[in-house]
Amino acid sequence: MSARAAHATRTRRRGGLVPYLFLAPAMILFALFMVVPIGYTVHLSLHRTKVSGLGLGKGARKEVFVGLDNYVAAVGDGELWAGWLRVLGYGALVLVVMLGLALLFALMLDTARVRLARFARIAIFLPFAVPGVAAGLMWGFLYLPSLSPFHELFGADLLSRTTVVYSMANIAVWGGTGFNMLVLYTNLRAVPQSLYEAARIDGASELQIALRVKIPILAPAIILTTVFSVIATVQVFTEPSTLRPLSNTISSTWSPLMKVYRDAFVTGDLYSAAATAIVIAGVSLVLSFGFLRVVRDRAFGEAQA
Amino acid sequence: MRMNRLAAAALAAALVTGCSGGAQDTAAPADTAAPAENVRLTFWNWVPGMDKVVAVWNKANPSIQVVSSTQAGGDDAATKFLTAAKAGNPPDLMQAEYQALPSFVAADAVADIKAAAEPVRQEFGEGVWGLVTLGTEAVYGIPQDSGPMMLYYRADLFDTYGIEVPRTWQEYAEAARTVRKKDPKVFLGTFSSKDPGSFAGLAQQAGAQWWSISGEAWKVAVNDEPTTKMADFWGGLVKEGVIDTMPYFTPEWNKALNDGKLLTWPSAVWAPGPLASNAPKAKGKWAIAPLPQWNAGENHTGFWGGSAVAVAAASKHQQAAAKFATWLNTDPEALGLLVKEGAIYPAATKGTSLLTEPPAYFSDVPDFWKQAAANTAGARGFTFGPNVNVAYNAYKDAFDKATADKSSFADALVEIQDATVADMTKSGFQIAQ
Repeated sequence: MSARAAHATRTRRRGGLVPYLFLAPAMILFALFMVVPIGYTVHLSLHRTKVSGLGLGKGARKEVFVGLDNYVAAVGDGELWAGWLRVLGYGALVLVVMLGLALLFALMLDTARVRLARFARIAIFLPFAVPGVAAGLMWGFLYLPSLSPFHELFGADLLSRTTVVYSMANIAVWGGTGFNMLVLYTNLRAVPQSLYEAARIDGASELQIALRVKIPILAPAIILTTVFSVIATVQVFTEPSTLRPLSNTISSTWSPLMKVYRDAFVTGDLYSAAATAIVIAGVSLVLSFGFLRVVRDRAFGEAQA
Repeated sequence: MRMNRLAAAALAAALVTGCSGGAQDTAAPADTAAPAENVRLTFWNWVPGMDKVVAVWNKANPSIQVVSSTQAGGDDAATKFLTAAKAGNPPDLMQAEYQALPSFVAADAVADIKAAAEPVRQEFGEGVWGLVTLGTEAVYGIPQDSGPMMLYYRADLFDTYGIEVPRTWQEYAEAARTVRKKDPKVFLGTFSSKDPGSFAGLAQQAGAQWWSISGEAWKVAVNDEPTTKMADFWGGLVKEGVIDTMPYFTPEWNKALNDGKLLTWPSAVWAPGPLASNAPKAKGKWAIAPLPQWNAGENHTGFWGGSAVAVAAASKHQQAAAKFATWLNTDPEALGLLVKEGAIYPAATKGTSLLTEPPAYFSDVPDFWKQAAANTAGARGFTFGPNVNVAYNAYKDAFDKATADKSSFADALVEIQDATVADMTKSGFQIAQ
């Protein structure tokens, strides 16, 4: 290598340092609050406390390495899989109803004829601003047989074994529709009006425009909201946890994340909780990336070119 | 020579190593010696007005100053203390609920204060003392308050429906049926699948021993014969539909209490507090009676709640801390203040005589405390194990299911037993058969 070439490389390297300096604060924070905790979680998931004898007094309890034991236990736990099944049923309900409603509202608000569009938009979005716990409590009171106005109306216990999943889905739909609607609606507003004018000149009705023009344009946004919703559903925790004290049909392991919480903070087994948390993160990744893979062409228009 | 060195050496250094047997050797000489330095102790608790009690101590003991720090009570406080202990930075003194104490001991977070506790041993009944020794030779805390159970009932509505106060559980079941016949909107009581503490108290009354120590091994018997009998009794009532199943402390339960739709509550001496806030409309209409018995003529009850004051294993001033803890829970002046400011039911036997004014909610039952003391004279507790949290969580899941499905309560007990033993086995505890 000639001296000149070496000099050039050095300069390029020195120049290359500057972006890293700018990135440093973010990277340090990322390392501190993402990498280190994740690393510690992995460490925990590979260990367990072992006590000797009665487990009382000094030195009776120590941390030992157990390899993949916690993972084997987490994957082999029937309760965890039952939790996944419950969440699957719940998620299917929430995804279809919530995204369906969000799309419907977005399309309706986008038609020029709607009156009070601004008010309607805010009204639909408002529940999203209510914290999940508050929403859970509020709906919980509305579900309680002796306090509920709905109880008289439907004549059914809204917290019974068969209905509780619908009651929970209702809270999620109530809280999430507005956000998804807003994402879709904002996307619609970005579309040049000339496109619709062209469609109208071609003789398309509003319904035809909605189905043939707007929805295809919205496809990437719909996929995005679906991915968000899938991730949120896999991590469902707030609604069942807030309803649990009010009903005897929700177990402490109703959803996978509730099992993690129980292990970590109720029964004090951080090690199992860490292993289960990593399994959940894995499932979450597989589901969201799997979905993205299936719909990649539509989402990013890569194959269209 | 040896004595000299002990007295001269910083008290703390000697005491940190002192544990169980060792503490006794060092404690005797150290007691006579004046504290070598001024000590500052932190005390986590959730007793209202504790700072006033502490102020009295601080005035009389300039060399041992205590700082009271108010905590959220219950499981949160226990978790916080365990975390702080693990991080090596716990308070010197900690209020510990009886059922949480074994997990503190198992985590090596509290000290054995047998030497300091021995002189006040006779101030406490057998039942509460067992809760701080866990059936071992060690003493892990000084009992502060206790929650012996009794039966709270709506005297006015008992008259309306023509029901006698049940003296046995058999009579209680009959009364439950009678109430349902007279008014289908009203229940005599409710079985709560969310309150393992209440269930444990009823099991104690029946004579249960969920945990015990035999030699170097734990014996776990959550589904022992007395508990099964008691669970089957409630399961039968639930299946029959003569008892409600809404959990305690829910908005529904509050409403039922307030509206007179629930006529009894088997609860602890601290019940006037929740009753006053949840059922203000029914003030002056409740009365108390002994818990119904399993055999006529007996006088047994169990404990629901209550706590001890424990000394952290990592405290540098264990002896000073233990001294404060014994003063706090046995000195007449301290007990009087605890009763007055903190509204606690003292664990010390002489503390009950300080309870003269009835709780405001029971202002027309002038002999409330006298009755309470008589009702709870035969209280029996049991040793809690090192994983009460696991058993209590299993209770909620298993009994939630059993009450919702009206299925066998005995089977639910087996689930708790299995979950508890499985957890202990996993951790490596020795389990005796």
